[in-house]
Amino acid sequence: MLNWLQYLGRSGEHIFERLGKATLFLLQMMCGLATLFKHPRLLVRELYSVGVLSTAIIVISGLTVGMVLGLQMYNTLVDFGTEDSLGPVVALSLTRELGPVLTALLFSGRAGSALTAEIGLMKATDQLSVMEMMAVDPVKRVIIPRFVAGVISMPLLAAMFSAVGILGSYIVGVGLLGVDDGAFWSQMQHKVSLDRDIINGIIKSFAFGIVVSWIAVFQGYDAVPTTEGVGRATTHTVVHSAFAVLGLDFVLTAMMFGDN
Amino acid sequence: MHTSRTIEILVGVFVAAGLAAFFMLAMKVSNISSFAEKDSYVVKASFDNIGGLKTRSPVRIGGVRIGRVTAIEYDDNKLEAIVTMHIYQKHARIPKDSAASIYTAGLLGEQYINLDPGGAEGFLKNGSVIEETQSAFVLERLIGRFLTQASGTGK
Amino acid sequence: MLKNMEEHQHDKVLVQIKDLHYARRSVKILKGASIEIQRGKITTIMGPSGCGKTTLLKLIGGQLRPDKGKVIVQGQDVHSLNNEDLYLLRKCMGMMFQSGALFTHLSVYENVAFPLREHTDLSEPLIRTLVLMKLEAVGLRGARNLSPTELSGGMARRVALARAIALDPTIMMYDEPFTGQDPITVGVIMKLIRLLNDSLGMTSIIVSHDVKEVCNISDEIYMISDGHVVGQGDPSDLMHSSSGWVKQFMNALPDGPVPFHYPATPYSEDLLERSG
Repeated sequence: MLNWLQYLGRSGEHIFERLGKATLFLLQMMCGLATLFKHPRLLVRELYSVGVLSTAIIVISGLTVGMVLGLQMYNTLVDFGTEDSLGPVVALSLTRELGPVLTALLFSGRAGSALTAEIGLMKATDQLSVMEMMAVDPVKRVIIPRFVAGVISMPLLAAMFSAVGILGSYIVGVGLLGVDDGAFWSQMQHKVSLDRDIINGIIKSFAFGIVVSWIAVFQGYDAVPTTEGVGRATTHTVVHSAFAVLGLDFVLTAMMFGDN
Repeated sequence: MHTSRTIEILVGVFVAAGLAAFFMLAMKVSNISSFAEKDSYVVKASFDNIGGLKTRSPVRIGGVRIGRVTAIEYDDNKLEAIVTMHIYQKHARIPKDSAASIYTAGLLGEQYINLDPGGAEGFLKNGSVIEETQSAFVLERLIGRFLTQASGTGK
Repeated sequence: MLKNMEEHQHDKVLVQIKDLHYARRSVKILKGASIEIQRGKITTIMGPSGCGKTTLLKLIGGQLRPDKGKVIVQGQDVHSLNNEDLYLLRKCMGMMFQSGALFTHLSVYENVAFPLREHTDLSEPLIRTLVLMKLEAVGLRGARNLSPTELSGGMARRVALARAIALDPTIMMYDEPFTGQDPITVGVIMKLIRLLNDSLGMTSIIVSHDVKEVCNISDEIYMISDGHVVGQGDPSDLMHSSSGWVKQFMNALPDGPVPFHYPATPYSEDLLERSG
């Protein structure tokens, strides 16, 4: 019993230590944001490796999810004779939930883990250390461009996911299953509101972008500089990101849509 | 290894695609394109019971959408709900004695305001109040009435 | 601050380490080491693996903070400087890491150009001239378009050396420059260290445990064991030292003051324990 309490205390202490470190690290990044204006090219390069290279998986997943959603929802709605609502049902689930959340999960797997591994390996091979000895701050030179690229890419990717998903359900619903073309779009436009659904979805994905990028760069920067340590940090990035995104999604949903 | 020019172009395409997706969501998916406040006029009506009516519920004549509910308030003095609706400017020729009622689309569908055109000379204009209204049809009340009738005839 | 630097321009002792203590977590690595490094000389810090040699270099560069004691470089206490002054001081220090630590996403040329681009506003032709000059000095001008992954370990170290001297530092630190290299590469690196030290007027600090090479190149040697300085002097002094520990290290004897066995309970007890 006493051992168990000790274990609990120790792991609690460990969790708080990590959280404190991560928060200080976030503050440190915030303080250094201004350097991006001096080196905008660094950001472009990272937008390429974080954003552009994630586009393919996001677009393909969005299309597939949209098509499956169209098919499944049609089968349910047609029993009630309300298959004209396919448009709004799909659009609402994509813009409010699936777009931001699935994009964040895919992003942490595709780009977040790569960020962690890259930074962790730079640390393990002394590249960060050597930068420090050359009087170049690695947080400003290496970490901040990657973090900001992640924060910018996430809402753009989420918007692509939702848009492509809606097109996917349009292809299945209107093209294959014979839902009325006009009803699909007009019902959707009628039910989906810009500020309530779309803007809130973007705010969500923006928040996810900050959290996932933060976790990814912190795990890399704080990784134990060995092969095993970098591997563990990469796993942590994906797992912690998933928990953080799902938890944060619940809180944000409650705040945004809870009053109705 | 890509040259830095290719990378810049690809990043440009990426950002443009993201913004295009936003634009599509805003214009094609949401209601912003179908409704601009300045092309409409405001009409009010008071109801005893609005049922499940919400802001952004449609206003229809003969099943065709001509406007949208923009505000629902409760009037403490008249003890009634005041519904504000915006009607598209192109439908400016609605007789001023038209009646407003709250209907339900299908058995379980959404609720909307239906206008029954009257026969008066003048038309509804900005700030008009619709006098003749009929409240929402509430399922529980109807069932209650049906049950009392049934028990009455049963004796 | 600049004035302060100038004042100490001609001190004989460039780096002074006073009673340095450092612990990583609960393991004490340095327990009061004091070292003086003379201007213009090659000083080597020797000791067995894991005795805190690399840690010492990081302490001099201000990357780590000691628990007790001071490091004074050019008259400035490294650990009482603020971030800005520390970065300014680091510009006159160069360090070559054991692995080379080249930036893997940049070519050899860009690696050497990196510190120049970061710290100067020189024009592109001037940077090119400087980079080619540094690469010529280490004999790798022809390899400038290669990627670091295409280099052998010895070449990577030479590129790292070219990058470290790009800003013409006053102090050059080498972390295990000879470890794991073939004899030819070791010869090349030794020649380079001596050449750069004498021709550019640098002060060199080497951390190593390769006795033969160190004795060949060093002007002054410090021996560290268990966090203390246990021997000091020029190579011939140490070769004829009376200290048992220094003798064991210099002659590579398997047993002596540094025991062959990791501390353990008596062997016979350990064997009997299983049956008991």
